[in-house]
Amino acid sequence: MERPLQRSDPGLIEPRDKPGEDDRGRKGFVPFFLTFPGSLWLIIFFLIPMATMMSLSLQEGTIETGYRLTGHWQTYVEALGKYDTQLIRSLIYGLVVTVATLAISYPMAYWIALYGGRRKNLFLLLILLPFFTPFIIRTLSWKFILADNGIVLGNLKEWGLLTEGYQVLATQSAVLAGLIYNFLPFMALPLYVALERLDPSMLDAAKDLYSNKRQTFLRVTLPLSLPGVFAGSLLTFIPSVGDFLNSELLGSVNTTMIGQVIQREFLVNSDYPEGAALSFLLMFGVLALVFLYTRAIGNTEELTGG
Amino acid sequence: MSDVRLEGVTKTFKETVAVDDISLLVEEGEFFSLLGPSGCGKTTTLRMIGGFEAPTSGRITLGDRDVTTLPAYKRNVNTVFQSYALFPHLDVTENVAYGLKRKKVAKKDIDSRVQDMLTLVDLEGYGRRRIDQLSGGQQQRVALARALVNRPGVLLLDEPLGALDLKLRKQMQLELKRIQSEVGITFIYVTHDQEEAMTMSDRIAVMSDGRFEQIGAPHDVYEGPQTEFVASFLGASNLLEGEIEGVEGDRAKVRLAVGTTISLPAERLPRREGAVRIGVRPEKLHIRTPDSSDREEPNAVDATVDISTYTGVSTAYECITGDGRKIVVYVQNLGRPEAAMAPGTRVRLSWLPEHTFAVEKGKRPDVEQGGQGA
Ligand SMILES: Nc1ncnc2c1ncn2[C@@H]1O[C@H](COP(=O)(O)OP(=O)(O)OP(=O)(O)O)[C@@H](O)[C@H]1O
Ligand SMILES: [Mg+2]
Repeated sequence: MERPLQRSDPGLIEPRDKPGEDDRGRKGFVPFFLTFPGSLWLIIFFLIPMATMMSLSLQEGTIETGYRLTGHWQTYVEALGKYDTQLIRSLIYGLVVTVATLAISYPMAYWIALYGGRRKNLFLLLILLPFFTPFIIRTLSWKFILADNGIVLGNLKEWGLLTEGYQVLATQSAVLAGLIYNFLPFMALPLYVALERLDPSMLDAAKDLYSNKRQTFLRVTLPLSLPGVFAGSLLTFIPSVGDFLNSELLGSVNTTMIGQVIQREFLVNSDYPEGAALSFLLMFGVLALVFLYTRAIGNTEELTGG
Repeated sequence: MSDVRLEGVTKTFKETVAVDDISLLVEEGEFFSLLGPSGCGKTTTLRMIGGFEAPTSGRITLGDRDVTTLPAYKRNVNTVFQSYALFPHLDVTENVAYGLKRKKVAKKDIDSRVQDMLTLVDLEGYGRRRIDQLSGGQQQRVALARALVNRPGVLLLDEPLGALDLKLRKQMQLELKRIQSEVGITFIYVTHDQEEAMTMSDRIAVMSDGRFEQIGAPHDVYEGPQTEFVASFLGASNLLEGEIEGVEGDRAKVRLAVGTTISLPAERLPRREGAVRIGVRPEKLHIRTPDSSDREEPNAVDATVDISTYTGVSTAYECITGDGRKIVVYVQNLGRPEAAMAPGTRVRLSWLPEHTFAVEKGKRPDVEQGGQGA
């Protein structure tokens, strides 16, 4: 696309300047008007709660005596000291889940996008099918399926294929499996969209220019699908780090995630400042990793150019 | 060693026959065009030569190498795609260098070859631009450079100018011709624009419904169309029903349905006897009133002017013959307003035997199925 004509372009200054004068007021107003509903939404449902939480995290007191804003930032240090294990564990789980969902759904999305033919939409529906039942029900049913003496393990043990003490539930694997299962579509859909948009003639062009299948994938398909990888990773990583349900239902004390801790601070211990501080610590952790990731993806795009 | 040979090549997709048993020899260094209407199988033919599609049956050879089943990346052939298919994540230089890098050409050779190529297509200084920062014509030239830099034996071009506006297209036609004569590579060029095919090609294959209707130099195909399809696809033609009366030496006589008998070179006849369609191009016809002293050519029919359309360089007269056939005549504008013919004027249309051609009395060109083989 051509660069749009700019005011500084020679020859444009004279004729454009005068009518531009009364344009400006309207130009300033229209974008404001268009973004107004969105801005309002953000202010009400994002900025205000954020400010409230920020203030809460800097307050002191108990539920009985009430809380007062004292600027007590040490809560952050204390919270981090107490729950660093859970915080780091959550970030690691988030990474594992992101990598695993990427590894599982890339081939799936690739196949549907390139070879799905007329059934593409059917396959997409199949990926989305679990979403038609609520998150909690899906996860709960895994609890039943994987129970120590449930339909799978119970039978296997009866047939003597597993020892009596073998368990899946309440292990790290169960929590990770639950997370991966629940967040898979968040990765698969953006990947599918990116791969579906890929012009098939790009692949022909790569072949034409002496790339075999592997080189075509590495040099053309993969770089062109990076926006999907990026979007999918964020959509998977961010909510999975903050998830509490999978560990709650499928895990044990050894798999406690930061989301569970925050939930407990608010709903059980009523220690609002610590809960709020932990929420911000979680947010900073996620932001830091996302920032590093964004940088890394940017670099890969440059690298694959060579 | 870079001639291209197709022998009995057929390609079917499910029940569609896209290319139907075609044979062809394109010689080294030739500018060869595949010309035909949309859906006639041009792209499919090109894709089989490029290695993107395997023929259902038949054989393809490049030089003396049978490449029928060889994958695209192992062929000494490059393609300029219909939509350019430039890599949006790479800049101009990287796009052009892509093939050389895969071929493991030494780094410094890559740099100089890419620079030379950008110079050849008149894009010096654009190396660091991203693809979406280029105009359509510039993208087209990057696509050309990206293919040519690999020094292929054969370059395939699929309607490379289709997305450009008329002025740019004319300019790029000359550009392409220049580049082809400079690099001396065999070009196989797909287009559905007959004028483009005529101005650029050494030879043209006119395609319809997956088959070749006629192959030949632009002049030969235009002056001596062998099928009704070619006659009307390549320029305009007037076609009249006739019956072969006889052949004397190199001259044949045909009695037209309107009543007159005309003659034409015998080798133009598709058959020795029976019914044929006689054709003559609108610009080859002379128009005169019966009482005028203008010269009259040996072949002639009487008609009445029905519509006259002034287009500046010429005037087109639509005339109706005694048996209700329409004949179009182009008269060059020589600045003689008194020569204009009003609708309703009785006229005599005449032309030279050498400007006459004959085609098999067959299906109309707008009929979809079938088509007569070359
Ligand atoms: N991959 C395919 N699957 C099924 N049918 C196809 C495929 N590719 C082409 N065809 C059919 O084969 C025929 C020839 O197609 P082709 O693309 O070669 O035409 P074309 O001459 O290049 O037309 P255009 O000028 O519109 O590009 C068409 O009827 C088309 O529908
Ligand atoms: Mg085509």
